Amino acid sequence: MMQATSHIEAISFVAPGLPDWSHASAVLRGEQPCAASELAAYQPNLLPPNERRRASPTVRMAFRIAEELINSSRQDAAQLACVFSSSDGDLAIAQRICNALAESTRMVSPTDFHNSVHNAAAGYWSIAANAKGPATAISAFDDSFAIGLLEAHAMVQVEKQSTLLVVYDVPAPMPLHASRPLGIAAGVGLLVTPHRTAASIAAFQCDAGDGNGTRCDDAAIESLRISNPAARSLPLLQAIARQQSTAVDIAMSGQRTLRITLQIGAAEVHA
Amino acid sequence: MSLLRITSYTLTSALGHGRDAHRDALVNAATGLRRHAFDDCAIDCWMGEVAGLDATLPSSLKQFECRNHRLAWLGLQQDDFMHCVARLREKYHAARIGVFMGTSTAGIHSAELAYRQARAQNSSSLPDWFDYRHTQNLYSVAGFVRQALQVSGHSLVISTACSSSAKVFAAAYRSMQLGLCDAAIVGGVDSLCLTTLHGFNSLQLVSSDICRPADADRRGISIGEAAGFAIVEKPEASADGLPYALLGYGESGDAHHMSSPDPQGSGAALAMQLALTRAALEPDAIDYINLHGTGTLANDAAEDKGVITVFGSHTPCSSTKGWTGHTLGAAGIVEAGIAMLCIEHGLLPQSLNTLQKDAQLQANVLLHPQRKTVTRVMSNSFGFGGSNCSLLFGHVNASMTRATS
Repeated sequence: MMQATSHIEAISFVAPGLPDWSHASAVLRGEQPCAASELAAYQPNLLPPNERRRASPTVRMAFRIAEELINSSRQDAAQLACVFSSSDGDLAIAQRICNALAESTRMVSPTDFHNSVHNAAAGYWSIAANAKGPATAISAFDDSFAIGLLEAHAMVQVEKQSTLLVVYDVPAPMPLHASRPLGIAAGVGLLVTPHRTAASIAAFQCDAGDGNGTRCDDAAIESLRISNPAARSLPLLQAIARQQSTAVDIAMSGQRTLRITLQIGAAEVHA
Repeated sequence: MSLLRITSYTLTSALGHGRDAHRDALVNAATGLRRHAFDDCAIDCWMGEVAGLDATLPSSLKQFECRNHRLAWLGLQQDDFMHCVARLREKYHAARIGVFMGTSTAGIHSAELAYRQARAQNSSSLPDWFDYRHTQNLYSVAGFVRQALQVSGHSLVISTACSSSAKVFAAAYRSMQLGLCDAAIVGGVDSLCLTTLHGFNSLQLVSSDICRPADADRRGISIGEAAGFAIVEKPEASADGLPYALLGYGESGDAHHMSSPDPQGSGAALAMQLALTRAALEPDAIDYINLHGTGTLANDAAEDKGVITVFGSHTPCSSTKGWTGHTLGAAGIVEAGIAMLCIEHGLLPQSLNTLQKDAQLQANVLLHPQRKTVTRVMSNSFGFGGSNCSLLFGHVNASMTRATS
């Protein structure tokens, strides 16, 4: 049914101890241990200095992913469609606003308010990259990676436009963290194109899968996988890092899985 | 060429529950805006509040209990929509029916109340009744609709501020093209909350006067709430519902500023032009433009420039936010519904509450209603972050009778 083929030209993955794709892929190949260490604060290069200083951890995570994708590809950022996917958006800002509203003065910061929209990262990115094409910001709770990938795949196939997929979530502060206990901050990005390019890493098709979903065999990586919606991508990234042309089932809610069938590198692909 | 058949739709706003209430209010020039008090908000402003949100949710949906889902539930009860979805489930498998919802704040009012209670009780934790996943989390809107309608296909929430529930049509079209689902429920739900009232007020965008789009003395928005839903099927599907179609859509980014539009309206113009191009229609094929028209100085001026760039100063247009208020993440679906009402009833609504048109605005803003045959309507929705979406609706025959003129 869904045999359309899209191509991956760049990958980014960020989690504690894994500051970029080159570290993450070495760990996923088993060349280095998965040792969690705190991420250094990221300074988005494409934001003007004022915005860079004020950018929230959530916007920094999204820019960290998007900038790695752009830096490791030959695509012009201004020409790309964008899919930003996040379960929770910026809960630190939502909490600041809710705290302000619990005071009798009700002084909501205007900056907090306009940064509280779910498309804040997408909006800042469009400004930074001067990207005027279609951009969307979606949420699918814990399925935000799988659904984001499908939205990017649909954008690529139907609009025939190369698309930046950026999936990210940052844990909420307490007390909200108790209601939404994400274990780690993480982000994943794929630059998806309609045709194979000289820089293509892999091709893929999407379909409904079955079973419980592919797990990561390393216990430390498996524990990352279930600690953040973006990290649900790890079984896919593990197959790519190990150069395995295989099918990966991304676990989703409701006993569903998304099957991603991968062809690595120069392998012939047929639409 | 039509992109999607629209075989059913419904809308609930301050104008009332369902399509007939909206038609009557449009024909009778009856605004839904009042000087309400919401919660204990002390801002001096008009609001578009939906009546009838006191009833709790049915027990099967109890975990979703909050104002936003009460509004969604009320909206789903109108215009025989539940029965239309039941018939859709017989025609397609429930797992092949997608759900694409737009919202800007979902059930954040529940979080506001939880933080207030924690503060009043001097507690460092939020109360036990607060359920983040089923109220505040944006995806809860799609989760609620899937459970309420017993469909289980591909689903997501789009949250791009005030363009959210316009963009759901484009997302549903793409997903159906790719084969992720065979039919879809699209829609949007946004409800009154302190975050948006105080947030827009902090940006000095809330008018103390009633919303007067395109008026020389306009002073900002009146915030409203609404729920709207539509059933979309493939154009070739044998469909016996309503005779409407999505003819085109255009999505663009301003790449200008987080909370104010590009003053040249170039992002808005791009969205409108993309919608026309996709529909293979010239501007003169459009009978009416339902403007985003929030009533802020900046929006109405920038949108006017965009309209002039693409359409010139001839095409009749107006904003209907003087009726409903700005329903934010639900504005796209509400105004999609109004576009279809305009086609059904041959009605071009006036810019309600506009006393004196701003002389700086060049577009053909209607100060009086017109009755005429209406075949195709463009609807604009623009949001924070420079997120623009223009939709083009028509009578299903309109897509066959006229290609590029």
